[in-house]
Amino acid sequence: MAIWLTSESKVIVQGITGAEGSKHAARMLRAGTNVVGGTNPRKAGQKVELEGHSVPVFGTVAEAMAEAGADVSVIFVPPAFTKAAVLEAIDAEIPLAVVITEGVPVHDTAAFWAHAVATGNKTRIIGPNCPGIASPGASNAGIIPADITGSGRIGLVSKSGTLTYQMMYELRDIGFSTCVGIGGDPIIGTTHIDALAAFQDDPDTDAIVMIGEIGGDAEERAADFIKANVTKPVVGYIAGFTAPPGKTMGHAGAIISGSAGTADAKKAALEAVGVKVGKTPTETANIMRALMQG
Amino acid sequence: MDLYEYQGRELFDRHGLPVLDGGVATTPAEAREIAERLGGRVVVKAQVKVGGRGKAGGVKLADGVDEAQARATDILGMDIKGHTVHKVMVTTTAAITEEYYFSYLLDRANRSFLCIASTAGGMEIEQVAHDAPEKVVKLPIDANKGVDEATAREIVTKAAFPEEVAEQIVEIAQGLWQAFVAEDATLVEVNPLAKVDDGKVLLLDAKVTLDANADFRHPDHAAWEDKSAVDPLEQAAKAKDLNYVKLDGEVGIIGNGAGLVMSTLDVVAYAGEEFGGVKPANFLDIGGGASAAVMANGLEIVLSDPAVKSVFVNVFGGITACDAVANGIVQALALLTERGETVDKPLVVRLDGNNAEEGRRILDSANNPLVERVDTMDGAAKRAAELAAAGV
Repeated sequence: MAIWLTSESKVIVQGITGAEGSKHAARMLRAGTNVVGGTNPRKAGQKVELEGHSVPVFGTVAEAMAEAGADVSVIFVPPAFTKAAVLEAIDAEIPLAVVITEGVPVHDTAAFWAHAVATGNKTRIIGPNCPGIASPGASNAGIIPADITGSGRIGLVSKSGTLTYQMMYELRDIGFSTCVGIGGDPIIGTTHIDALAAFQDDPDTDAIVMIGEIGGDAEERAADFIKANVTKPVVGYIAGFTAPPGKTMGHAGAIISGSAGTADAKKAALEAVGVKVGKTPTETANIMRALMQG
Repeated sequence: MDLYEYQGRELFDRHGLPVLDGGVATTPAEAREIAERLGGRVVVKAQVKVGGRGKAGGVKLADGVDEAQARATDILGMDIKGHTVHKVMVTTTAAITEEYYFSYLLDRANRSFLCIASTAGGMEIEQVAHDAPEKVVKLPIDANKGVDEATAREIVTKAAFPEEVAEQIVEIAQGLWQAFVAEDATLVEVNPLAKVDDGKVLLLDAKVTLDANADFRHPDHAAWEDKSAVDPLEQAAKAKDLNYVKLDGEVGIIGNGAGLVMSTLDVVAYAGEEFGGVKPANFLDIGGGASAAVMANGLEIVLSDPAVKSVFVNVFGGITACDAVANGIVQALALLTERGETVDKPLVVRLDGNNAEEGRRILDSANNPLVERVDTMDGAAKRAAELAAAGV
């Protein structure tokens, strides 16, 4: 078992005929993901040949759900079309939509999030600007490399793609139940708190690594949530202690405004609720390893 | 992108919001021309992206064109909290009778937008919120419903704007929301929103932040980009589509992925504590799927920073293949040497992930005396800091 994505998941790719979409659909197939199709309204009825599989192209997400039983969509369309793609996924009520696209205008994200809320949150949205979700050995929805680690009993939630990979690599001797990259934009669908709640309820997860970065107060709110709701051990890592205020550090959301959003404040909030916070990714991994082997 | 006040005024004006007539000048003569067109008394305001201009002497009234030119001469070139004044805004004046506050902004925590309004304007809203929280009204705005007349009236009622300005502020609240959405802003702040002696309500200041992710649908926003204020290395990096931020240390940093690069800066700073306090010299994210050419461009930018004494290339290959990164390093060093540039700064490289073994093999067989391979991120950071300290 794992959270949100299992070996039973039937995955489609919105934008499967594009360069990124087809490349990553092939990678997902290679990782053992059950990719049941893709969408492109102008190429409905065609097939794409990937990794020896003939993958059907549907006109819409709703058709892919009706005809192939799809329950996860991974979205690889360019920023200008992302809002429409996510709205389509929400209206089709697909249970999980993973938005990989980087560079989505924040007004577009706010609009599709408001629509998801207004229609009862039937679709879990991960991203945008995220590497996706991987349950090692079971399924892989997004761009997280499948060969870094095998399955195990650590849950991982992170704002950053490559730090996710780094942590998976550091703890590959133990392995992960599910790794979720929630993305570094100012507005994201799934939050640290959502992942913490799901890992807390997941019988196959024993401990959780949470990776945050400067900007916003998501880590502080996660700390409050941990205090009230999480009994499994949580180890934290925060990136950006040395980032200067007022400068955006790569991720649109990674900016210290005034005194808000600093790494020190986040670390203090997490430590106040008993979360051990590592100084470097390696030290963080070592804390987790000691916990798991303790 | 944060706009200057004059750009914000222009943006408001473009959307039909009531602002003072005026223009922007880079020379005293231009300021004079604007004053001539406006006629009568004008105000000359320094254009810097920092608060406290008034106290620093960057805002002056002027009666007539001669005085306007003189005040512009005083203000242009001034230093305000480390910001040199390159432009002044010249506008007509207004006799303020009341000052209010009004803004729309991104609300990360609620994944939506927020309206903040107050009848206590003209001072820092954080200060008002601290001293008299009952005077600050915060209203969540639904991104899809926006601010229609009913919502605008709700804001006006909740913030208790005086009866005689209510109708004007209902209009301004709707117009400002339309500008906020139409321009893909993440902040529009008006402080003060002022009632003047003829009873009119005017937007007398403008603090606007635009979402760079939306630039593709706003080709006109490029004109507002302030090239003079940008670090020349940052400018060169931008021209090459690199995500680079200049910092003030000695260890050049190149990595892939925003989070990993931020983490690399931290790890280098910690390691530097042992070596006389050397620090990271920059943030440079070569991104996912980076090619040899991108690596070469990145290395060129980082090596051209005279403050850099050593470089740490920290890559975890996810989509990025480490062999491409290694080839990029080898090719970049050859290219720079070919151009006759002195390449004498040591490089510490740590490669893991996708095709790491092949990447390491490429670096080892190139056998460049400047390139040193270290297996772990912490170990490599320490070595890069040590080399930078030795080179300082």
